[in-house]
Amino acid sequence: MSTEEHALTASSYIEHHLSFNVKQVADGAFWSVNFDTLIVSVLLGIVSFGLLWLVVRSATAGVPNKRQAFVELLVGFIDDQVKGIFHGDRKPFVAPLALTVFVWVLVMNAMDFLPIDIMAWVYHHVFGQEKFRAVPTSDINTTFALALSVWFLMIFFSIKVKGFGGWIHEFFCAPFGSNPLVWPANFLFNLIEYVSKPLSHSLRLFGNMYAGEIIFLLLGMWAATGLAGTIFGALLGAGWAIFHILIVVLQAFIFMMLTIVYIAMAHESH
Amino acid sequence: MNITLTIVAQALTFAILIWFTAKFVWPPLLAAIEARQKLIADGLADAERAKHDLEMAAKRSADLLREAKEKAGEIVASGEKRASEIIEQAKSQAKVEGERIIAGARAEVDQEVFRAKEQLRNQVSAIALAGAGKILGREIDAKAHNDLLDKLAAEL
Repeated sequence: MSTEEHALTASSYIEHHLSFNVKQVADGAFWSVNFDTLIVSVLLGIVSFGLLWLVVRSATAGVPNKRQAFVELLVGFIDDQVKGIFHGDRKPFVAPLALTVFVWVLVMNAMDFLPIDIMAWVYHHVFGQEKFRAVPTSDINTTFALALSVWFLMIFFSIKVKGFGGWIHEFFCAPFGSNPLVWPANFLFNLIEYVSKPLSHSLRLFGNMYAGEIIFLLLGMWAATGLAGTIFGALLGAGWAIFHILIVVLQAFIFMMLTIVYIAMAHESH
Repeated sequence: MNITLTIVAQALTFAILIWFTAKFVWPPLLAAIEARQKLIADGLADAERAKHDLEMAAKRSADLLREAKEKAGEIVASGEKRASEIIEQAKSQAKVEGERIIAGARAEVDQEVFRAKEQLRNQVSAIALAGAGKILGREIDAKAHNDLLDKLAAEL
């Protein structure tokens, strides 16, 4: 099934599927881009938000058509979630942010449903790409980019709501109190919180999607061991794909909820 | 698993998508939803008002019906009263008329009786005269005994 039939070993199969399509921009380890991650995520963003925009552009207050009703369900669902957590004016920014996060992460996660080996053949023979990973959220760059963006927004809103002085004050005086003796403890506590938030936020999504991909790869390897392996690999692959529907939606939902929670926490004063 | 420039590019894409959603996707849809919510709320309010109006109309029609019934009852009562009045009047008129007729009839009867008496008297005197002539065997001169006959007739 792999494109490199002659040199197929377990490690080369997995390594091949887990290699990014790296384009070096300049010298240095940092100055390169994962072309596959970028192109897939940007295309998915354009397609999904373009579709949303097309539906929304002709939205009427009267009887909605099915497409509009679907988008309204989605938006209503997200608006309800935001309403439950964030108690401020959510319309100008927070609710659209939640919608963006949910939809984008969802479609990027959903790329995991594409059968890896068939897609590898397509990438190789149709697009001429030797290495291509289709799931942007199993690239740690994507999840960190999202989490750090949310992190910066969190700091921005924290400072915007409480002022810079208030933010620094909170850094030293929460959660244990304003006694100077507990300042170091407060500072340490907040520091750990600020570091752990983006880490857990991004690694949770990354880990889930990466693990999902690995399972598919292992099942693909099993399928290459013979007829029994093919049958079981296909059956279990189907089972895992069905279970993966839940993971894909759940992880997108969790990512969105955490985003709302972090932004909402930034708005609350201690 | 390297952190590369990709992270910057992805963050940029994310920022653009957020901006796009906040500017072009969220507001029009929410505006449509809110407009529909207002429409539905207005519709419900209208329905409530219509229901209230209906209740009022039903109450008014019931009032009108009751009034009409009362009026009809009054009219019937006054009609009955008028009818009994007319009957009473007719009765008294009929009584008067009857009495008048009876009086007329009585007068006529008296007259008839008087006339019959007169006739009878004349006939009796004629019979008496004829009887007396037969008894005496000769003609009685009516002229000579006229005063006697008159006396007899007056006694009858």
